[in-house]
Amino acid sequence: MRMGRAAAILWGVAGVLAVVMLWEGYKALAPADGIVVGDVTVLPRTTDIAMPHVWDMVTRLFEPVTRAAGADILWWAVLQAAAFSLGIAAVGWVIGVVSGMGLALLMQRWITAESAVLPWVVLSQTVPLIAIAPLVRRWGSSIHIGSFEWQNWMSVAVIASYLAFFPVAVSALRGLKSPPAADIDLFRSYAAGWWTTLLRLRLPSSVPYLLPALRLAAANAVVGTVVAEVSIGLGGGIGRMIIEFAATASGDPAKTWAPIFGAVLIGLVSAGFVALIGVGLRRYRRGEVPA
Amino acid sequence: MTGTPVAVRIDGVDKVFRTRKGGEVHALSDVSLDVAAGEFVSLIGPSGCGKSTLMRLVADLDPLTSGEITVFGKSVEQARKDQDYGIAFQQAGLLPWRSVRANIELPLEIHGVDARDRRDRSDELLALIGLEDFADHHPDQLSGGMKQRVAIARAMAERPRLLLMDEPFGALDEMTREHMQNELVALCQETGAAVIFVTHSIPEAVFLSDRVVVMSPRPGRITDIVPLDFKARDEDLREDTAFYEGVTAVRTLLHGSEQGGPRGVENR
Repeated sequence: MRMGRAAAILWGVAGVLAVVMLWEGYKALAPADGIVVGDVTVLPRTTDIAMPHVWDMVTRLFEPVTRAAGADILWWAVLQAAAFSLGIAAVGWVIGVVSGMGLALLMQRWITAESAVLPWVVLSQTVPLIAIAPLVRRWGSSIHIGSFEWQNWMSVAVIASYLAFFPVAVSALRGLKSPPAADIDLFRSYAAGWWTTLLRLRLPSSVPYLLPALRLAAANAVVGTVVAEVSIGLGGGIGRMIIEFAATASGDPAKTWAPIFGAVLIGLVSAGFVALIGVGLRRYRRGEVPA
Repeated sequence: MTGTPVAVRIDGVDKVFRTRKGGEVHALSDVSLDVAAGEFVSLIGPSGCGKSTLMRLVADLDPLTSGEITVFGKSVEQARKDQDYGIAFQQAGLLPWRSVRANIELPLEIHGVDARDRRDRSDELLALIGLEDFADHHPDQLSGGMKQRVAIARAMAERPRLLLMDEPFGALDEMTREHMQNELVALCQETGAAVIFVTHSIPEAVFLSDRVVVMSPRPGRITDIVPLDFKARDEDLREDTAFYEGVTAVRTLLHGSEQGGPRGVENR
């Protein structure tokens, strides 16, 4: 049963409307101090500072960022910051995907590599991002190769890739190992080497495993970028903008939400990009297995 | 057999698998068998008698423990590298992202045959298996019997003089199975290839083979060889007394004189 294109768009709009109605409905009906059980606030306050009206958030987007003369319109500033962060996230995603694939190939090729590397891959994800951010920055700043100088945005991209490579490495390894024994035997009977088997059997077989991992890696790269911008202190992106605008929350609550819309936009663009990759690889997704 | 060229010579072969716990499984013990060029030989026996193992040794998919196997006078490794045999398994094992034609062309592609010759060969084979109209379909659009036909065409793509088949019809229903057997007989007559055919089914072995090799388990060895000399292998043969006599002969050898013999052998 396939939905028509129009129906899909309709459902998408309905979903957004549902969120808006939930927001405004709660704001209208719940008490201003939120719902308190004993001393604990279990649901948020509904004041204009805590929960501005949706229309206030939207109209705020079309007003200047500050009252200073010559300030940009807010949506334009958010869009620029989002593009900046998206660019870094994309670099982080590419580094993450390439290194994740590389690790998976290494682990598939040599069983000993798998038992040596896989525990470290898993362990790497337990180290908090905040802990590695200053380290990466310090290591990076000591790199000088000719006229090349390490920039702060590169540190952010590296941290984003640190989150992105993990799902790729794990899923790609599963995918590369997914061909049944009979298929491996068949390629052996053709006297096909490791490369031929990789290109014509293992890589195509891994596509259904890889696509969800690429999507996850994209989401991780975006989150990693936003968080790393904050912890490294890199200006110009969504991460810093969220912090800066939060400082003005009491005077200008609707403005706080603008960079969050920006983050959502980055997420949508990157998810769409991975979906496009999926369309390009659709011939390898026949009889797709749920990963 | 003297005078006829030998396709496969199996001489005093032993195969021992080592289990992880350090134990040993004696899969094959002192197995010797010659398969003549163009001859159809079935291996039959209960589960665990080593018939698939024997075929895998000939294909150089597993190493043998002792003894010797030559294929057209060469080592099994050389024969594999020279593409002297084509192979088909119980599961068709078609690559789902490739069309029927591309699946048949796979071995040719891997061995660098140019696109034009590949296409000529796949056209021939598609006609041979009667799937010309399905060239651009994908495996998920085919029935089980069609998939197996494509797998057999793929095994024949490089015109091997030897076909190795490990229960290729084992997953098919009875009707399709008989139909495929008829087609295989025709294909073998056309190509003149020798066949080593592993099966669980006594009637299948008798219908197809020049000789049925009966094996027994623990350790796997050859207990008897039943030669069959039918004039024609067609639908009439299935109702022929000579066919039933062959079936009875093989069944008796498999089960001993008693009824209800070893498990894993189909009597249908």
